[in-house]
Amino acid sequence: MLNAGVIAVQGDVAEHAEAIERAADRHGESCTVETIRSSGTVPDCDLLLVPGGESTTISRLLAEEGIDEEIEAFAAAGKPMLATCAGLIVASSDPKDDRVSALDILDVSVDRNAFGRQKDSFETRLDVAGLGEPFPAVFIRAPTIDSVGDGVEVLASVDGRPVAVRQDNVLGTSFHPELTDDSRIHGLAFFD
Amino acid sequence: MSETDLEELKRGTDLVKRGFAKMQKGGVIMDVVTREQARVAEDAGAVAVMSLEAVPADIRKRGGVARMADPGALEEIIDEVSIPVMGKARIGHTAEAQILEATGADMIDESEVLTTADERYHIDKRAFTSPFVCGARNLGEALRRIDEGAALIRTKGEAGTGDVNQAVTHQRNIQRSIRKLSGMEYEERDEWAREHEAPRDLVHETADMGRLPVVNFAAGGIATPADAALMMQLGCDGIFVGSGIFGAEDPTEMGTAIVGAVNNYDDPEKLRDIAKGIGKGMKGQANETMPEEEKLQGRGV
Repeated sequence: MLNAGVIAVQGDVAEHAEAIERAADRHGESCTVETIRSSGTVPDCDLLLVPGGESTTISRLLAEEGIDEEIEAFAAAGKPMLATCAGLIVASSDPKDDRVSALDILDVSVDRNAFGRQKDSFETRLDVAGLGEPFPAVFIRAPTIDSVGDGVEVLASVDGRPVAVRQDNVLGTSFHPELTDDSRIHGLAFFD
Repeated sequence: MSETDLEELKRGTDLVKRGFAKMQKGGVIMDVVTREQARVAEDAGAVAVMSLEAVPADIRKRGGVARMADPGALEEIIDEVSIPVMGKARIGHTAEAQILEATGADMIDESEVLTTADERYHIDKRAFTSPFVCGARNLGEALRRIDEGAALIRTKGEAGTGDVNQAVTHQRNIQRSIRKLSGMEYEERDEWAREHEAPRDLVHETADMGRLPVVNFAAGGIATPADAALMMQLGCDGIFVGSGIFGAEDPTEMGTAIVGAVNNYDDPEKLRDIAKGIGKGMKGQANETMPEEEKLQGRGV
């Protein structure tokens, strides 16, 4: 039985919890999902998800609750982690904005709201390395990845800008893989 | 590495609009009038700010016609903060909503706090690329608004009072009806839809899901961290705070405390520490003593 954690200080938590369960099911794994709003739980998790929401709010609450250092330790221990949208910004090494304190887990710099405001948000079928069929990706005021360090593999791009990356045990996407029924990104991050 | 071109992108779909609302979950959206207030709100941890001409408590005091704010003020706030910026349009005022969308508002609140522009129809929200939030006092209202295209439902409460009791009443109304529907047979749900003038498909969807099919926030009269925690305990996904932040003695302390209270809504000891020594809340006006004709919640049903 795997112990999955979803950081739940703010953002779309329930959707990720369901996506993890679906992905586990498909891979014949059984897991329990815990939503995390305070310190003390992350160290017991086998896999961890940092969801989307508002990166300024999430980074602030992670620090206030003392969860930030636990996530850093989790990633350093080599356990599988998925960070999406605001989660990607928080996990990056450089959010290029001092309103967000980043955890420096993924060696990438990001552009916040790179596609514009909400009216520029979009959905598309996205080709992602490692997945066969294109993935239904939803971008909500999404960031893009501006530069990647050594050891970071780019898995997908939109208009030449990276939107999904992998560095060892950590997968980051600037889009929301939890908003449709397709749980292949969660599978790729945690169970493949 | 794989490539996707910009031509294959779809904007303004239900998935994208409802997805935006989902990213606000667990958050506090704060009413602001000026860019300085927007800065305070973002620093306090707000997930978004709502730009308006005056906070509801001041609109109440001032009287007269309440309209959309100057788009220039919205622009200034957009320049100031990185979080989403929302704007309020009058109920049924399609042109105000178009102006808000053109100005870059990330979400439009078709709001009973402003004077109603159309006594008969709400805005056709499906025609917009921007997502909308609408108020509701009960499930029938909520589902009518979702049918018109709303991506987020908030309780109406009684705005500008600092009295949480109407938000509680409305949230309990909505939850009670959903629980009732979930226990009904198919044909009973159909009957309920007819009786409550609610769209039939949405009634069945809500009954099957056991919750509103879109994100459900609390609004109207929330003035303290304890109020916010109470609304979260009643099953809300997040909180709008109007006059409660900048009507408080210390807006920074109050804003930060309400954000903390939403994250720790089920932990009384943390709530105690959060609520301690944050200064006085807004003065407010009790709903019990308010004459019926001064209430805003009956607008746009």
